[in-house]
Amino acid sequence: MTFFSAKRALLTAAMAGTIVASAVPVMAQDDTIKVGILHSLSGTMAISETTLKDTMLFLIEQQNAKGGVLGKQLEPVVVDIASDWPLAAELARQLIEVDDVDVVFGCWTSVCRKSVLPVFEELNSLLFYPVQYEGEESQRNVFYTGASPNQQAIPAVDYLMSEDGGSVERWVLAGTDYVYPQTTNKILEQYLLDKGVAQEDIMINYTPFGHSDWQTIVSDIKAFGSEGKKTAVVSTINGDANVPFYRELGNQGIKAEDIPVVAFSVGEEELSGFDTTPLVGHLAAWNYFMSVDTPENEEFISAWQDYIGSTDRVTNDPMEAHYIGFNLWVKAVEAAQSTEADAVIDAIVGLETPNLTGGMATMLPNHHITKPVLIGEIQDDGQFFVVSETEELVPGDAWSDYLPESAMLEADWTAPINCGNYNTETKTCGAAAQ
Amino acid sequence: MLTHLRNLLVAVLLFLAPAAQAQQIDIAASVAAMAEASLKELATIVTDLAATGDPAVVPALTALGDGDLYADETTGRVLIQRGSTVTDPVTGEHVELGADADLSKIRVNNSLRRDIAAALAGMTLMSDNPATRLSAANGFLANPDPANIPLLDEAIAAETNADVLRAMQNARALTVLRDSESSIEDRQAAVPLVAGSGRNAITILSSSRTDAPEELVASINAAIAGLEQERAVWGALQNVWFGVSLGSVLLLAAIGLAITFGVMGVINMAHGEMVMLGAYTTFIVQLTIRNNFPGLLDYSLLIALPAAFLVTGTIGVGIERGIIRWLYGRPLETLLATWGISLILQQTVRSIFGPTNQMVIAPTWMAGSTEFFGLSITYGRFWIVIFALIVFFMLLLVLNRTPLGLQMRAVTQNRRMASSMGIRTPFVDAMTFGLGSGIAGLAGVALTQIDNISPNLGQNYIIDSFMVVVFGGVGNLWGTLVGALTLGVANKFLEPYAGAVLGKILILVLIILFIQRRPRGLFALKGRAVEQ
Repeated sequence: MTFFSAKRALLTAAMAGTIVASAVPVMAQDDTIKVGILHSLSGTMAISETTLKDTMLFLIEQQNAKGGVLGKQLEPVVVDIASDWPLAAELARQLIEVDDVDVVFGCWTSVCRKSVLPVFEELNSLLFYPVQYEGEESQRNVFYTGASPNQQAIPAVDYLMSEDGGSVERWVLAGTDYVYPQTTNKILEQYLLDKGVAQEDIMINYTPFGHSDWQTIVSDIKAFGSEGKKTAVVSTINGDANVPFYRELGNQGIKAEDIPVVAFSVGEEELSGFDTTPLVGHLAAWNYFMSVDTPENEEFISAWQDYIGSTDRVTNDPMEAHYIGFNLWVKAVEAAQSTEADAVIDAIVGLETPNLTGGMATMLPNHHITKPVLIGEIQDDGQFFVVSETEELVPGDAWSDYLPESAMLEADWTAPINCGNYNTETKTCGAAAQ
Repeated sequence: MLTHLRNLLVAVLLFLAPAAQAQQIDIAASVAAMAEASLKELATIVTDLAATGDPAVVPALTALGDGDLYADETTGRVLIQRGSTVTDPVTGEHVELGADADLSKIRVNNSLRRDIAAALAGMTLMSDNPATRLSAANGFLANPDPANIPLLDEAIAAETNADVLRAMQNARALTVLRDSESSIEDRQAAVPLVAGSGRNAITILSSSRTDAPEELVASINAAIAGLEQERAVWGALQNVWFGVSLGSVLLLAAIGLAITFGVMGVINMAHGEMVMLGAYTTFIVQLTIRNNFPGLLDYSLLIALPAAFLVTGTIGVGIERGIIRWLYGRPLETLLATWGISLILQQTVRSIFGPTNQMVIAPTWMAGSTEFFGLSITYGRFWIVIFALIVFFMLLLVLNRTPLGLQMRAVTQNRRMASSMGIRTPFVDAMTFGLGSGIAGLAGVALTQIDNISPNLGQNYIIDSFMVVVFGGVGNLWGTLVGALTLGVANKFLEPYAGAVLGKILILVLIILFIQRRPRGLFALKGRAVEQ
């Protein structure tokens, strides 16, 4: 009998372990505000998202040391979505319904965001999404603190077209085969065509996740770049596949001076696993670099390294996005004197908080924020050297102006429009976006 | 008379010396100004320094281009730091750093690096070192300027090294070709020389075509057409090489599985994790060597080979003894159990080493590439092909020529009879599984050179490995070899037309169709062994 029950308990535990990886209420106080953290701590995306979970715990600890919010301590609730998107939706529901959290910070991939969206809409809760994404979306319950294409991709292309960037005339758009690169490249292709680049001067290439054999593609890029026009690669290649890609570039002797690669998914965290020698001079476009020299950034880095207990740990753009998102949420809650979703949604638009690069991040009516755009060249110490910076903050644009099907759409979550896809031509909401 | 001349010479030299001194001061000031300069100011300083034409600016500019030029924040001095030696960029003297020295790199961007390379080309063309002269000549190739033709003529006349001479002649030919002042005959004569200048000839020719007069365009077009034809032939061969190289990676990943799955019949889902553990062993070996014996760093991969084999082999034996031996004859349970092991191993590694990628540096003999006629062959890939073949033939030797190999074959063909003949079948099972796992570890060592070292490393290879083994014919090593190479080459020939994503799908569809026709793969085992 005991044997049986023990076995069953073990089985149940194992099953609970796989399905609800770990719902860890860190402190069990009666009167706390609960903050959900919805990131992958195992699986493919663990490489990027584990740091974001630590960032959130760090921010919450700092806020609690300052006295919490509305006189209450914040209590983090961490769940592991294990790089499994249907599971993400289940866990989001569990966070909101069972753990009763007031706000969730989480997701990295667009597919994760897309799968949890309906849950947040249905249960009317809040999600802060910290990663650059493809745009073409604005949802009432979601705040996009990462860059939209006009805050990352378009300025990067502008830089490469300029004299400083090398007056590039031919373009390789290389990406991993999923929604973010596909949409970004669609926008970029249209933008380049509008700028007078000929169709035959644009090469688009997609590869599967985790692609490791880049020989053919790199030699194609080399051949494409050998037609006498200055060529650059715009890379939306995701995470892991970048290492073999850059390695192959180095081995085949393509230098940054000849064919520069500008990447949208390679940051300090990814570079810490690289031998950066073959990468020096290649570019990345972000809204934050660890090397940016401001007092706010210096303070953030040293506090982060103290918290994590290692001076080797780097900071990166999505971490800054969480920093901004968290501070905006705190301000909104204090302004509304409530953690209710509707009150926060109304209060947060127009609030601003300092970012780490010396500017102010403002929450816009379309639930995106204002950001500076920085272009950095990779250095041999794995840091970026900023070679170009937009003079003013760029407001995030939910619907791209360069795609004909979304150019007339605007998002505005304030009265009287209150709509994520308002058609400025027909003056109606919910006009066919797709 | 002679003394007169000598006196005159001395007088001239004396007269020149202060002038040189004055320039020296100017250079020193400009170099010192680099410490606080913005990118735009740096560009001006580089142009100014290059305009002096003084060889004294060469070390500073070279260091700036290579990222070896530093500014000491405490004293404001500009210094060259290479390794642990610090020198003055102008005088070249060794400098002792103060205790409170705070060196920060003077950073440059791509366009500045291009400017520096162009500036240095003119100044180092007459250097004593052939390698410097070669890079100078290549610098001229990148920035053809008619003003440099006399300089190049002078250098060509003095050049003794054949390689450098060829580069200089190419540079001169290109400069003439681009020079609208030169006669059409001269420019036409330059076309074949440029066409023979190597891989980038088509690039150079087609960019020269844009502003060329009509007569010239015709001869350039003819040269390009000839080159394109040549390139088509070499392109096909290059594709074969890419295919062989991809095939060798598949072979390495699959060959261990050919033992555990092919010979023993264990559906081993943890095979990929053995590869991953081999890669992590390499990482640890290299880390230890870098910290303790930096001199051996270039050989760390060779040292990692036996280490990885032993580590993964031992773990393999452990898995066989602890779990798999209870599950023989139950393929479904084996599949689930080994899949569980693979998850456990992944998360263990993630917990110990963290989720981020680890770094294994390529030894110098594996970096870079070489030109073999029209083929470009990267050393890393080349050694992996060689290594895969060595592993394959060693394994073949073990299976066919050693007592252990004989026992393995006996046990897998007829367990009960082998047992009756006095073979310790459990021991042989453990050894076989250990061997297969150990070989997966060897594959991990090689994969550190082309893939990420992350806990997910193995997952990328497990499906491909099964594909190769099944396609090649279960239980036949030669089938694995032919299967891996066929899949590699087929993949590489499909990729340019279908793209990487569709190419992979097509390969899968082709294999499914093939298995429909020949369920036992390319090299099917015949005889009674098949029935079991």
